[in-house]
Amino acid sequence: MKRITIDPITRLEGHGKITLFLDDQGDVENAYYQVPEFRGFESFCEGRPVEEMPRITQRICGVCPLAHHMASVKAGDAVYGVTPPPAGRRIRELAYNAFVSGDHATHFFVLSGPDFFVGPDADPAQRNILGMISKLGVRLGQRVLRHLGESHEVIAMLGGRFVHPVMALPGGVAKAVTPEMQTRLIEIGESMVEFGQFSLGLWRDMVLGSQEYHDMIMGDTYLHRTHSLGLVDANKQLNFYDGNVRIVDVEGHEVAYYPPADYAQHIAEHVEPWTYIKFPYLKHFGWQGMVDGMESGVYRSTPLARLNVTEGLSTPLAQQAYEEFYDYMGGKPVHATLATHWARLVEMLHAGEKVLAFARHEELTDPDIRTIPTETPHEGVGIVEAPRGLLTHHYITDEQGILTKVNLIVGTTNNNAAICMSVKKAAQALIGGGKEITQGLLDRVEMAFRAYDPCNACATHAAPGDMALEVLVYDHHGELVADLSRVPAEGRA
Amino acid sequence: MDKLKLAVYWASSCGGCDIAIVELGEHLLELAKLADIVFWPCAMDFKYSDVEAMDDRHIDVCLFNGAIRTDEDEHIAHLLRRKSKVLVAFGSCASEGCIPGLGNIKGPDHALARAAFETPTTDNPERVMFAPRYAMPEGDLTLPALTVQLRTLEQVVPIDFTIPGCPPNHEQIWNAITAVVENRLPEAGSLLGVDPRTVCDQCPRTRLGKIQVERFFRPHEILPDPERCLLEQGLVCAGPATHAGCGALCVKAMMPCRGCYGAPDGVLDQGSELLDAIVAGMAGESDAEIRRVVSTIVDPVGTFYRFSLGASLLHALKKSPLESGQRCETQRDGARGEGEHA
Repeated sequence: MKRITIDPITRLEGHGKITLFLDDQGDVENAYYQVPEFRGFESFCEGRPVEEMPRITQRICGVCPLAHHMASVKAGDAVYGVTPPPAGRRIRELAYNAFVSGDHATHFFVLSGPDFFVGPDADPAQRNILGMISKLGVRLGQRVLRHLGESHEVIAMLGGRFVHPVMALPGGVAKAVTPEMQTRLIEIGESMVEFGQFSLGLWRDMVLGSQEYHDMIMGDTYLHRTHSLGLVDANKQLNFYDGNVRIVDVEGHEVAYYPPADYAQHIAEHVEPWTYIKFPYLKHFGWQGMVDGMESGVYRSTPLARLNVTEGLSTPLAQQAYEEFYDYMGGKPVHATLATHWARLVEMLHAGEKVLAFARHEELTDPDIRTIPTETPHEGVGIVEAPRGLLTHHYITDEQGILTKVNLIVGTTNNNAAICMSVKKAAQALIGGGKEITQGLLDRVEMAFRAYDPCNACATHAAPGDMALEVLVYDHHGELVADLSRVPAEGRA
Repeated sequence: MDKLKLAVYWASSCGGCDIAIVELGEHLLELAKLADIVFWPCAMDFKYSDVEAMDDRHIDVCLFNGAIRTDEDEHIAHLLRRKSKVLVAFGSCASEGCIPGLGNIKGPDHALARAAFETPTTDNPERVMFAPRYAMPEGDLTLPALTVQLRTLEQVVPIDFTIPGCPPNHEQIWNAITAVVENRLPEAGSLLGVDPRTVCDQCPRTRLGKIQVERFFRPHEILPDPERCLLEQGLVCAGPATHAGCGALCVKAMMPCRGCYGAPDGVLDQGSELLDAIVAGMAGESDAEIRRVVSTIVDPVGTFYRFSLGASLLHALKKSPLESGQRCETQRDGARGEGEHA
C-alpha cells in the first residue's frame, strides 16, 4: 500500500492534512482529510458571562471573527429574551454583510482565482495572486485590494477594530452611526455593488468562456448529490444574519424548516477517532457514512447549498445573477461542487446590495441602539450564515447569565464529510491508471476541497501563493519513493 | 547588505495574528523589499523539511504566534528556536496564552470529553476518542496529542522579544520590523514596538476624581456615558493593568478593555495587578461593604486573567514544566481511543 501525505496544507486557517492511500496498482484506495488541531472552546467557555461570549468566541477564528461575534450575540439575545432596537439590528446586519462581501472576495480572488485565471497546469510559482495580477493587470489587483480594504473599514468603523471587533452585546450594539459615518458607508456600499457585478463579469468571460473550465464544472469528477441547508427569512429567501434553517433534499424538496432553537432535533454529529473535527449529519436520514445520495445524512452548507435552499434573492441585481446561474447550470438544485465559486460571487453581489440598502436607510443614525435586558437568563441558540456555512452557538446559563453548557457547530464542520468525499472522488478520478502524478493533477485534487473554502483558505487575505501541498509517495514498505512537493518557499515574498 | 530572512509561524492560534501582518497593507510591499520571507505557512508554500534543512540560525527573525497546545507545536517551537537568531513571541497566545489559556483551569481531558462525548448534538455511542495514532484498514493515521497544559512560547524555549496584543496592532508590528531592519533592537527580553505606558494613558475618556465604585455593572446592563472613564462608571475595565500599544481601540468603541496587551512593564502578573486597581477603586469601609461591592463582579478569574492566565503566577504554582508538556491523560499511550478500526 502506498501512502501520499499532504501535510501540512498551507495557506489555510488552522492546520490541515490529507492522506491518500494507493493500492498496488497505484490507484487511490482511500483518502482522509484530517484536522490535526483542537482548542477546546466548549469547555473553557463554561463559567464565563454570556455577554462576554461575543468577544471570547471570536478567538476561535481571527479570519472570520465577525461570524462568531454575531452568532454569539444572537445566542446572548435569546438567553436574555431581548430584541435589539431597529437601528441596533441594522448596524449589525450592515457590518455582517460587509464582512461577507469582503470574505467572499478574499476567497475567490486570493485563493481560488489563480486556479481559473492562471490555470492548474501553470508553473506553481505563478499560480498565486501575483501571477494572476500579472496576467490580468495591476488595475485588477488594485481593485481587489480596495474592496478588501473597504470591507475592513466598515468593520473597524462600527466595531472599533477589524480583527476581533467589539461591536455587539446582548440587546444591540455599543456604538451608534453618525451622519458622517453614514455618508462613507453609502459610498462603500455603492463600491461593493459595483465590485460584485465586476466579479461576476470576470467569471462569465474568463471561466465560463473556457471550454476546459466548463467541462470541469459540469463533469462528474467534482459532483456530489447531497442535501442542502441554509438560513432563510420569512419569505424563504437567503439571509446571512437571521431567520429559520431550511433543508432541501437531493431533489430540491423541503425536508425541514425550523427555528434556530430546534437545531438539535435536526442535526447530530458523528465522531471519528482520526480527526479532531466531527461529522454533522441530518437526523432525518441518519449517519450512513461518507456517501452521497438521497438516503445519506450528508448535507452541504455552502454558498451553493444556500442558493439551492433559497426561493430567489431579495435584491434585484443578485436575483438576476441567481436566475442566470440556474439557467446555465440546467435547473435547481445544482450539485456541481465547482459551481460553488459562482454561487459565492452571486452571494457577494447580494451582500453588497444589502450593505448599500442598510447604509441608505434613513433611520440608520437613530441613537437608540440598545435594549437593556430585563428577563432572567436561561438558554439560547444563535445562528448566522458564516461565509463557509451555518454557524450555531448554543448556550445554557444559570440565573446570573453565567454559562453552564456550550455547544458550537462551526461553518466548515458542516461540510466535513462532503469535503472528505470530494477529495477522495477527485483523487480517485485523477490519480492512478499508471498516469504520472503531476503538479497539475495535484492542483486539480486541491480544487475539489478549495471550492468549500474550508476555513483554512480565508487566512490568505491579500497574501500571495497557491495552496501548497507536501506530497510524499511511499511504497508498501513505507519507503519514500517520490517527493512531489511544490516549489521551495525560499526567496519568494 | 543581505536581505533580512524572516519567518512567521502559527502554533495553536486563531489566524488573527497572520491577518494583522497582512493588514500591514502597503508596508507589506516595503517588507518584500527589505526581507525574504523564508517560511509563512498561512500565506506561502513551505515544507517542514525546508526548515529542517536550514543551517542553525539561518532565519534572522522568527515571529512565532500561537500557544503551545500539542506535541507538534512544541516540536516546531524547538525547531524554530534552533534555526532562528531572534525568536519573537508574537501576539497574546504566544506571549501569555490568550483566551485559550483559560482552558488550563479545567484541563484538556475535560475539553476532549465535552467535545467527543457530551455536547447535545454529539452522536458517539461507542465513546470513540480522538486518537494520536489510529490504525485504519489502509494504514495508520496520526494526530498531534494535547499536552497537560497550554503553555506560552517562553515556557517551552528561550525567547528574545515579545510583541503583545490580540492581535498586535499593525503599526506596532511595522515599528518592530523597522527596529529589526535598522538594528535598533532594545535589550533582550523587552517588548517590541509598543508605547511603554498603560491603556489608560492612551484612553481619551476623562476621570472625574478618585474612583469610588459602589457596585459593578456588566456591559449589557448599562448605557455608559461616552466621555467618562468606564471603570468610574462601574464597568470592570482592564486599562489600568494593561500595557499600551493598541491605541485604546475597544474603549473608543464604547466597550471596556479586557487586557489583550498583557501586563504593563515591571508587572509579573496582570490579573493581580488588575485586582489591585479594582479593589483600590471600590467604595466602602467595612468588610461587609467591601464584600457587597466585590460580589457584583462576576467571573473574576475569566475577567482579570482573560488573556494572561497561561503566563500567570497561578500557572507557575500548579505544574512543573516537565509535567505540563506531557500528553493529557485521555491521550496517553494505551488510553481509550488508541486502537484498531472496528
